[in-house]
Amino acid sequence: MTATIWWTIAGCAVVTAIIKGIGPLALGGRDIPPRVTSVIALMAPALLTALVVTSTFAVGDQWRVGAHTAGVAVAGVILVRRGPLVLAVAAAVAVTAGLRALG
Amino acid sequence: MSSASSPHEADRRASVRAGFRAALPYAAVGFVLSMSFGILARDAGFPAVAAIVMSTIVFAGSAQFAAVAILASGGTAAAAIAAAALMNSRFLPMSIAIGPSMTGPAPWRAAQGQAIVDASWAMANRGDGTFDRWFLFGSTAPQYVMWVAGTMLGALGGDLFSDPSRYGLDAIYPTFFLALVIAEIKDRTTLVIAVSGGLLALSLVEVAPAGLPVLAASLVALWGLRRGGATR
Repeated sequence: MTATIWWTIAGCAVVTAIIKGIGPLALGGRDIPPRVTSVIALMAPALLTALVVTSTFAVGDQWRVGAHTAGVAVAGVILVRRGPLVLAVAAAVAVTAGLRALG
Repeated sequence: MSSASSPHEADRRASVRAGFRAALPYAAVGFVLSMSFGILARDAGFPAVAAIVMSTIVFAGSAQFAAVAILASGGTAAAAIAAAALMNSRFLPMSIAIGPSMTGPAPWRAAQGQAIVDASWAMANRGDGTFDRWFLFGSTAPQYVMWVAGTMLGALGGDLFSDPSRYGLDAIYPTFFLALVIAEIKDRTTLVIAVSGGLLALSLVEVAPAGLPVLAASLVALWGLRRGGATR
């Protein structure tokens, strides 16, 4: 078991380092065409939204809504109405913990 | 590389400091999450030192949780590494996107890429296809320190927050990223891209292994090819 653990750690470290390093290694300092620049600029909204929805509406490889879904939704309303982030986070935590305490 | 007292040097320091400040909330949440990682890893049979080493050299939350869960359920090292790679696959488009903004000799460029984590990458993004790499470094530094510190505390016996979900802390992370998304939505195109990316990821949740839906969402950014040189 211990050998398996260390091999796993080593493997994860190498794979992660390659994934994170490959872009700067291959493309670092290059001038890129405007079309590609447009693609890069659109990656943030696409990736971030995907992170939000998968952590809000799914657990692992299954759709699942729960108390935290409601908490994030309330926070979303506050954020869209330009409320402060601290308030949104406090509301998300309070709603989620509150619903769990009730349920 | 460049002269020490140039205005550039001052800009860099300002970027590092701004990144550091902006990342403090993420670092705080990372501390709690990594504490629960430390506890989970111990429960799965990891020696404390292994849990700490993993956070130190892997430094990727969802990948670490996935790998430990697979080992805990009797899976092989290969299966655990593959799951971690899938969870981290979203860093591939991030790495490619930020690549051109990183300069210097090849090994130094690859090293700079190691500072990529979700929140830092998103906040270092200038929105015009370029990234402020000094902001990225400044922002990743506190997150890294707190990630390792939290793992130490969790692995060495603290169980203050062994179950972060009980206190509703699992709602914090998506809320932070929701705030980043809202900041990214500047016009109709970015709104459409955000919604399509989210829907695509959600539609793949039950049919693709965990991690892949987020990677797939990056494909909708290819819409930018159509816009051609619309942006600078």
